[in-house]
Amino acid sequence: MSRTAAIPFTIPDERHGLGRIGGAISDAIALWQRNLIGLRRTPQTIVFSTLQPVIFVLLFRYVFGGAVSQTLTVPYVDYLMPGIFCQMVVFGAMLTAVGLAADLKSGMLERFHSLPMSRSAVLAGRTTADLTRNFFVVILVSIAGFIVGFRIHTNVFGFLAGMGLVLLFGYALSWVFATVGLAVGDPETAQAASFPVMAPLVFASSAFVSVATMPGWLRPFAEHQPVSVTASAVRALMIGNTTPGTSTATYVWQALAWLIGLIVVFAPIAVRQYRKAV
Amino acid sequence: MTDETAIVVESLTKKFGDVEALAGVDFQVESGTVFGLLGPNGAGKTTAIRILTTILPPDGGRAEVLGYDVVRDAQKVRLRIGMAGQFAAVDPLLTGRENLRLVGKVAQMPNDLILPRADELLERFELTDAANRPARTYSGGMRRRLDIAAALVARPPVLFLDEPTTGLDLHSRNELWAMIKELVAEGTTLLLTTQYLEEADRLAGRIAVIDGGRVIAEGTPSELKAKLGRSVIELSMADETDAFRAERALSHLGRPELDGTILRLPGNVPGGAMEVLRALDGAGLEPDTLMVREPSLDDVFLQLTGHKAERSELEDATVPVGGAR
Repeated sequence: MSRTAAIPFTIPDERHGLGRIGGAISDAIALWQRNLIGLRRTPQTIVFSTLQPVIFVLLFRYVFGGAVSQTLTVPYVDYLMPGIFCQMVVFGAMLTAVGLAADLKSGMLERFHSLPMSRSAVLAGRTTADLTRNFFVVILVSIAGFIVGFRIHTNVFGFLAGMGLVLLFGYALSWVFATVGLAVGDPETAQAASFPVMAPLVFASSAFVSVATMPGWLRPFAEHQPVSVTASAVRALMIGNTTPGTSTATYVWQALAWLIGLIVVFAPIAVRQYRKAV
Repeated sequence: MTDETAIVVESLTKKFGDVEALAGVDFQVESGTVFGLLGPNGAGKTTAIRILTTILPPDGGRAEVLGYDVVRDAQKVRLRIGMAGQFAAVDPLLTGRENLRLVGKVAQMPNDLILPRADELLERFELTDAANRPARTYSGGMRRRLDIAAALVARPPVLFLDEPTTGLDLHSRNELWAMIKELVAEGTTLLLTTQYLEEADRLAGRIAVIDGGRVIAEGTPSELKAKLGRSVIELSMADETDAFRAERALSHLGRPELDGTILRLPGNVPGGAMEVLRALDGAGLEPDTLMVREPSLDDVFLQLTGHKAERSELEDATVPVGGAR
């Protein structure tokens, strides 16, 4: 094989120090690109990720909106949209679980384990690709929101800051659901296992209705769980403060505390699970 | 070839719960040779490969690849090995070329060498025409070839193939065997596992027969066959009744082994095959076929383990014993 012999290369050295960090980043970028190619070849993922929240917008806006709006000081659609953004990234995070479970089942993770790549790269590449997907879905759903009458009450910077917070929240949730995907190791099961985690977070929250209407025993959870806190912060950033007594900054800090806390807790768990996954 | 040792496995143990997957396995593989781990499903072959490829830590014992310990120097081992597991681990959404590029990238190959190397491998594994198609459109054989190509991208000096031809049809299998032989001719050290005795016989310079997490025999294929030390006379009768009658007619020649309509006798019976025919003729019986053949590894396996090598459900893909030799 004369052609084979024409391309020589030597075995690289093990990465140390800064080279190791740089290597971890370039590995993560390679995996991120891989997942984006996959996303591009399955456009239906974006379509359905967009369709689901749009249907929720229509249902809540036109079916439940009349009943709910009586407790509010702002038009229901303006209250609703920040909640939809948060709900959407919670549902979207399930795809992190599904994607990792699929890689585990197909043997891809086994191959990656045998390669000299960073142990965090597969997870970083998956979560950042899911962040990219969320970015597009958030834009599409905002457009749908504007069409059905959603209006920003603050300014464009507040809106963009709110979007940033939504995306960061989605990114943090990806790490949570990464642990689910690696634990179950099968895409269908990952989907089924994710739902019981997602449903209470999304519905027992201030995403769609004011917490004040909920029974007393549920309220402490509903008020302080991450979806509610993030939805309140995003709402404060986009349509201004609707609750007297708490400033926008307080909401934002609380939301940031939640999402940083989620990453700090779940990222190491996910990486440890990844190491032992195959 | 140098005579250095590429792979050392010493007293390797691994348990999964109560199941002892490896119960103290020892073997060594010389550089530039093909070593076959042969055994039935559940014998511990895949566990051994997973430990050697740093995917799984061992419970006890030692495993080294090119002088590096698979636990302490895992990253150095990973820089020197290629692995293709039992299930073609390729991304179905990526094209063949993209799959190879991804592996080259994370295997830390220099960027400018990745694509030429990918194209070279695609050509060699006859995937050039499919190079820009997502792997989900590939046939099983193509996917397996892409998987093995992925293991080769970084030109690793040591290669691990876990049941490389399981699930392939006869044609793809023969093609893959030819490709594996080419690789080894270039000096790659190869450890392969197989439950196809034929495959180990064809490809491996040395074979370790593994059963129940232990190596129960080791040697060259001819050494293992020599353990049986004799050829085999194999008769095929029209039906089981005839086979049963033939067994009785031949009882003076030792104890024939009866297996459905097939009878097997040692090749060194007094009078040999002629005496067998004469005895059958005397009983008014006529075999459909009579064959004198060298002992196959099937025979060796049966003798060593007391049970047959289990085959997967894809048994029809197996080369008939004694054929295609």
